[in-house]
Amino acid sequence: MSEITPESVRHLASLARIALTEDEIASLTTELGAIVDAVATVQQVAGDDVPATSHPIPLTGGMRVDEPGTPLTTAEALAGAPDSDGTRFRVTAILGEEQ
Amino acid sequence: MSAELIHATAADLAHRLSAGEVSAVEVTQAHLDRIAAVDGDVHAFLHVSEQALDVAAQVDADRAAGDALPELAGVPVAIKDVLCTLDMPSTSGSKILEGWVPPYDATVVARLRAARMVPLGKTNMDEFAMGSSTEFSAYGPTKNPWDLTRIPGGSGGGSAAAVAAFEAPFALGSDTGGSIRQPGAVTGTVGVKPTYGGVSRYGAIALASSLDQVGPVSRTVLDAALLHDAIGGHDPRDATSIPDAWPSMTAAAREGLTGDVLKGLRVGVVTDLDGEGFQPGVRQRFHETLEKLSAAGAEIVEVSAPHFQYAIAAYYLILPAEASSNLAKFDSVRFGMRVDVAGGTVEDVMAATREAGFGPEVKRRIILGTYALSAGYYDAYYGSAQKVRTLIQRDFDACFTQADVLVSPAAPTTAFRFGEKLDDPLAMYLNDVTTIPANLAGVPGMSLPMGLAPEDGLPTGLQIMAPARHDARLYQVGAAVEQLLESDWGGPLWSKAPQLG
Repeated sequence: MSEITPESVRHLASLARIALTEDEIASLTTELGAIVDAVATVQQVAGDDVPATSHPIPLTGGMRVDEPGTPLTTAEALAGAPDSDGTRFRVTAILGEEQ
Repeated sequence: MSAELIHATAADLAHRLSAGEVSAVEVTQAHLDRIAAVDGDVHAFLHVSEQALDVAAQVDADRAAGDALPELAGVPVAIKDVLCTLDMPSTSGSKILEGWVPPYDATVVARLRAARMVPLGKTNMDEFAMGSSTEFSAYGPTKNPWDLTRIPGGSGGGSAAAVAAFEAPFALGSDTGGSIRQPGAVTGTVGVKPTYGGVSRYGAIALASSLDQVGPVSRTVLDAALLHDAIGGHDPRDATSIPDAWPSMTAAAREGLTGDVLKGLRVGVVTDLDGEGFQPGVRQRFHETLEKLSAAGAEIVEVSAPHFQYAIAAYYLILPAEASSNLAKFDSVRFGMRVDVAGGTVEDVMAATREAGFGPEVKRRIILGTYALSAGYYDAYYGSAQKVRTLIQRDFDACFTQADVLVSPAAPTTAFRFGEKLDDPLAMYLNDVTTIPANLAGVPGMSLPMGLAPEDGLPTGLQIMAPARHDARLYQVGAAVEQLLESDWGGPLWSKAPQLG
């Protein structure tokens, strides 16, 4: 069986920056436990001699020519933002009181 | 006139537009009328373009002025909502991007515009392309035009249903684990996942970057080829885009329609993708198709891919890992939703926003991916999954020494009913058993209609796979198979679809 507990789901959610409800933590604990048990079969098949593949079609380079383009204007970049002062994105406090 | 225009293929529309027999405005209006008539029931579209008629009118004006126009000028096209569009909201099926209009076009969208096609609107999908049924769309599911009580497949159920319901002649989709091919199978349409890197991902809202591919959705193989040619090829804005020159997919499809490409073709039947868990009527149509191919001169060989049985497990580690990283960009700062938290820090706002903006499947996969990438688990899960990926690539290599193309059912069952698998993530994931191996290995795959299952009268799909970079072979063989099957049926499968509206 997997080691998925409510505490581990709560910790993972904090790492992923999702404020899960207690109900969600409970259901995810059960679901993730079942999923992790199912996907753990990947450990049964590949030995140390098998290299990992991170990318299906090996390519080298992938660099484009370094030349000036037409970037977004400030107004375009800010157009979809929840809040801005017209020149920058605006957010609430970065640090809390205990920090 | 209008009914006849919506049933025409894109190739036929292109021909009649260039011959001046019909105008782009007439063609576009016919499809907008169809959307207005049936999309209340089907819900294939999240947004219908307000500019479509203006775009069409400009094509007509330029044609009247004697301009030389591209082949597909004036042909309408639908666009999956995963793709960024300058003039339409792009939500990827998520509440967190509700109403967001991107400041740029995806490369594939820019290429549609350069080809002077007429974007009709944005099609529905499972949120961030996570799902096999569109039931995880934040905006409600799309219905299967063959039976409105059933799923249209996913994640690209909107594009497939739009094409199946004659709301568009063809559409763009994206396929990370089957999101073009499985909807194709269950809606009786054609869908192609190109070779990884064959079509630009720039401006496609990323799910899993080593798996995602944009591709065409259509009613005929030739139409898919036309759309593939319009969007494919190297894009310097996508570092994973293959720089090679590509042959014409359209020419390959036309060769398949006119030539004798099935004679002597080695067709590999992947025995690991047939059997337990597959609906009897799907298996029956699959084996009948093999017999027809054999009768047409193809050589049927059985091939084994012993590691495909681990593909779903590897996929559901690699995809969540990449998705948890890609979806970190939805941080309530630069675009999309923000949920304010009184007295909270930016991290509190971020966590509250992501809680409110993401649906259950997205949360499930982000948490799973975060787990798979955690220190102490990385080697056991993500590392092992990447090794399985190597083994699956080796299986494909071995199979392709024995066969020119590989075939399997494109989906294990016909369309299931809404709600049937919604509460069982593992059952939902099994829908992609046939399609996931191609994504893991980067090879191209096509789904095309294979007849109706006898037990429920619903479409089944045939999957054809080719070696990486050999997409043209798919079109050549796919067009030939399509013609072979349709000559037996006495017409295209979609002519048997129930009337809507």
